[in-house]
Amino acid sequence: MNKNGITIVIASGKGGTGKTTVATNLALSIASKEKVLLVDCDVEEPNDHIFINIKLQKIKDSTLPIPVIDKKKCTFCGKCADFCRYNAIAVLQNDIIFFPQMCNSCGGCKLVCPEGAITEKDRTIGSIEEGHHENLTFYRGILRIGERSTTPLIKDLKKIALKSNASTSIIDAPPGNSCPVIESMYGSDYVILVTEPTPFGLYDLKIAVEVTRLLDIPFGVIINRDGVGNKSVEEYCKREKIQILMRIPFDEKIAMLYSNGMPFIEELPDWKDRFLKLYEDISKEIGKG
Amino acid sequence: MKIIVSSTGDNLDSAVDSRFARCRYFIVFDTDSYEWKAIPNDSAFAGGGAGVQSAQLAAREGAKAIITGNIGPNASQTLSASGIKIFTGITGTVKDAIEKYKKGELKESSGTERGFGFRRRW
Repeated sequence: MNKNGITIVIASGKGGTGKTTVATNLALSIASKEKVLLVDCDVEEPNDHIFINIKLQKIKDSTLPIPVIDKKKCTFCGKCADFCRYNAIAVLQNDIIFFPQMCNSCGGCKLVCPEGAITEKDRTIGSIEEGHHENLTFYRGILRIGERSTTPLIKDLKKIALKSNASTSIIDAPPGNSCPVIESMYGSDYVILVTEPTPFGLYDLKIAVEVTRLLDIPFGVIINRDGVGNKSVEEYCKREKIQILMRIPFDEKIAMLYSNGMPFIEELPDWKDRFLKLYEDISKEIGKG
Repeated sequence: MKIIVSSTGDNLDSAVDSRFARCRYFIVFDTDSYEWKAIPNDSAFAGGGAGVQSAQLAAREGAKAIITGNIGPNASQTLSASGIKIFTGITGTVKDAIEKYKKGELKESSGTERGFGFRRRW
């Protein structure tokens, strides 16, 4: 996907485990040495920008096609509504109603309409922003409030971001294990799964591991807030022969810096070295180091 | 005249289902002939669009009124466009609800198209 370098995705399954912490600290550590691209794919709630001092500029609206129905041509035959598996169209005896929020923009209604009553227009689902600062190039997507089309926006965002010619790309994925996460992981070289050593962390980690294995992408685990909870995540990783790449302790200093929107590598420089070592190890593992 | 009651079961002694689009059964009742039937709701566990589907079913069945607990904005918009009256906040058995409807004891939901469903309540 990124011809010039490696693409590392930071994902987690469970929310709030520290994806943003890892993504921003890793990207900023790399930026102290070489060019790097950071993409915030958590388009429902992007927050990487809080931790990187960068001026953002909107570069485009992201759009999807939706049907426009000509009621003069429509005979209310119902073929479009039958076809629409998302139930975005209701056909009544003498009326037809379209629900834009339900539409997945497949274009099927337009194809099956025997009257040629359906055309398409663009609907804005969100926007894409860009920023540059020294070695760091940053992109993020912002989904419009109330919008459900997360995955197409991430696809658009990745397409635009990965065109920039940074040697390495860090992708901060949304939480969960569904389509938006798969879209964020798709085509990448390595996945870092960030978890916490609790039963909740473990439960979602297991699903994230399954997803990553299905996509056949090499991966490793970072345990954040190490010291809380129990040993179940460690035991699971050992059993499944999953490499634990890093342990970030449950530390007041780190938590305070996070709360103030500060990347902790800047105050705790030995962590910058650890992130650089991590980057080096991953590059070697995937054979591009 | 046909009316539809959202129901938790397949007969008149069942409780009114508090949700319209995701109820288990639709009881279609003819207030003139007293004939009735229960239709299982295929959209009960649909990922999305249950409101649109259920409202279209009501329109196809020729219902003139819907009796239910709550209703979402997509369903109410579709029903309103079909000229189907909506009675919400109904509890108890399907049979009781129908009797109350026939006596004119049910109050039609105020507001049209949008906003008297979940969004306004919470």
